[in-house]
Amino acid sequence: MFDEMKTEAGVRAPYARVADWIEDAGPPLLSLRSREAEALFRRIGITFAVYGEGGDQERLIPFDLVPRVIGAAEWDRLAAGVMQRARALNAFLYDVYHRREFLRAGRMPLRLVTENDAFLPEMIGFNPPKRIYSHIVGVDLVRTGADDFFVLEDNCRTPSGVSYMLENREIMMRMFPDLFLDNAVRPVDGYTEDLRRTLEEVAPPACRQDPQVVVLTPGPFNSAYYEHSFLADLMGVDLVEASDLYVNEGRVWRRTTRGPQVVDVIYRRIDDDFLDPLTFRPDSALGVPGLMNAYLSGGVTVASAPGSGVADDKAIYTYVPDMIDFYLGEKPILPNVRTYKCGEADDLAYVLEHLAELVVKEVHGSGGYGMLVGPKATKAEVEAYRARLVVDPENFIAQPTLELSTAPTLCGEHLGARHVDLRPFCLVGAQLRLTPGGLTRVAMREGSLVVNSSQGGGVKDTWVLTRDSV
Amino acid sequence: MLSRAAENLYWAGRHVERADATARLLAMGARMTVLPGADARGDWESVMRAAGALPPKDTVVGRLDAVDSLLLSENGSSVRGSLRQARENGRAERTALTTQMWEALNDDWRALDGVTPMEASRSLFDHVDWAIRRSASFRGAVETTMLRNDRYEFLRLGGLIERAGMTLRLLDVKYLALLPERDVVGGGRDTFQWSALLLASSGLRAYHHLYRGEISATNIADLLVFNRAFPRSLAFCVADILTALDNLAAIYAQRHLCHESAAELHRSLSMTDIDEVFADGLHEFILQRLADIRALHNAVNDAYGF
Repeated sequence: MFDEMKTEAGVRAPYARVADWIEDAGPPLLSLRSREAEALFRRIGITFAVYGEGGDQERLIPFDLVPRVIGAAEWDRLAAGVMQRARALNAFLYDVYHRREFLRAGRMPLRLVTENDAFLPEMIGFNPPKRIYSHIVGVDLVRTGADDFFVLEDNCRTPSGVSYMLENREIMMRMFPDLFLDNAVRPVDGYTEDLRRTLEEVAPPACRQDPQVVVLTPGPFNSAYYEHSFLADLMGVDLVEASDLYVNEGRVWRRTTRGPQVVDVIYRRIDDDFLDPLTFRPDSALGVPGLMNAYLSGGVTVASAPGSGVADDKAIYTYVPDMIDFYLGEKPILPNVRTYKCGEADDLAYVLEHLAELVVKEVHGSGGYGMLVGPKATKAEVEAYRARLVVDPENFIAQPTLELSTAPTLCGEHLGARHVDLRPFCLVGAQLRLTPGGLTRVAMREGSLVVNSSQGGGVKDTWVLTRDSV
Repeated sequence: MLSRAAENLYWAGRHVERADATARLLAMGARMTVLPGADARGDWESVMRAAGALPPKDTVVGRLDAVDSLLLSENGSSVRGSLRQARENGRAERTALTTQMWEALNDDWRALDGVTPMEASRSLFDHVDWAIRRSASFRGAVETTMLRNDRYEFLRLGGLIERAGMTLRLLDVKYLALLPERDVVGGGRDTFQWSALLLASSGLRAYHHLYRGEISATNIADLLVFNRAFPRSLAFCVADILTALDNLAAIYAQRHLCHESAAELHRSLSMTDIDEVFADGLHEFILQRLADIRALHNAVNDAYGF
């Protein structure tokens, strides 16, 4: 098993500073400071509700003080791989809603698109500004060895967690300023500025002045509400709910105390289904009636574009390396995890035979719900899952259980090794922008491979070093 | 600013003020009903009316009912409900609040969860003090940390409009509570009841300072309605409402109907005095002013697109 900090040869170079720091402070003191950090988070109000678990809706996501460190050269490769993926996914989305060359070339079955719930026929033939569909691409990465990074999942709709990237650093810099004194860690606070610039760059044709950007939230009861208000605040734009907006003469307006003000770009943090009741859910009281019409006639930009989800489900994922080859003519810098499509007979047979060794996921699932981690499951759980799987194999994919890398993590009074993943956030506007860092999630339970915050995972500050020591 | 943001701030101001005033009403009820010869049931019913929680017809309202309904219940007219709603308004505009303001709304906000009416009734004054302290710490945070911009004016406006209405209803309780026994106005129990009213509005010291001597109905009404120096009086609230609205008009370079209504209310208060009010009927005066305050609330909503 690969550990981010220690190998048999000793402490890995990127972790030199963190290892010294742990050595100097000692876990008992760090554990004390960890409680201070928690108090800070709670005061600021950073909470993360968990759907379907009831109880405290404003639960605090556990924050681990020990940073996750990525060396400069390691990051360069990750960054190139993530940006490559963001380009390919946007090219695929454009193709899906236009000539479908990828499908016509026989690279992927048509039904994966047309039978996909996230596919929106309304978008066929429409050209979003700069041909960009997914403006914020979150790529989930895992590591199994010094040079072995894999992409686990793409998030093309509205990936969340970026506020933790920013706040974790803020807290670390506040509590341990000495760690950052000689600029060895690349800053992350340019993210919101980059996000605003990205959104302004995709202003619609009807925009005639400085682009007016808003963040659209489902409201304070949404689990990611804190993030929505945090981003709006740091970008200096309004945080709106659907009821604050209306459409008039092809443009979108927001209700303000000065009267109606025009809106050019909507960074929406709500699902497609709730954008416009006239188009999607006539029964829904949510949404802005007429928004899709305004969008399709160039009166407003919606980011990410409606229908972007067709690029990020787990069945499409298996084709992303082909997309990179097809659209960019490049070799994938970051490989996929070997994935078995249960909809295909050979793969299904293999999966059923090796169920207890594999991780099985629902194609449309997210947040770590509804998945089976074979090696961690009881016999009964495996059999129950098998029953679900054979009924609707198309709806499942399976992957080998990866030996995810571990990183040093405070567990009470001592230091333990816990599994981590990494989600960098790539911004796609007139150019690609990638903040050096991301969200590191950590499975707080020993041995657990599930890092989702909805499943008790925690977060770490993620450092990208300015240079590797020689 | 988004209209919804203004609305949330306005209501955060109102709810905090309401929690404070409802706690004071409970304190007043608790004092009035232990007086010799008190009509406990009638008094609690009046307190409920003042708080805007009308008990169903033909039900008998006792101390536990009032405590349940005005302190503990989930609805918006209880102390707990008001504080919860104020916190929700604040949470929706989290980034518009300073850290201290948010902490004042957020700290200890579940203190009343799971408390039974019996327990609450036993330590009623502790709970009342707790609620008053929470409102005070929020107001303190607003005054010392908030930028004086449109957000501030909306927050303040909500608080003032709520307070003006509450003062009027508080006065009306006294009127209602005394209605069946007009013959004893000026008697011993009456004096005690008036001081309960003053205590509830934190006005007992102020009263002695301003009017000296015997506690009289006329002077108390004068204090609560016309005294410009007393921060819970109608005249004080209306003057401050006018200032807040004028500030908004200056910020937005635009005047609305609500500015006219507030100015008119201000004018009409300065044209009359307490003797005239008593001559024409205090109750009628209160009802008329309550209607004015409601109309002002609606005019503010219309003007700023709530």
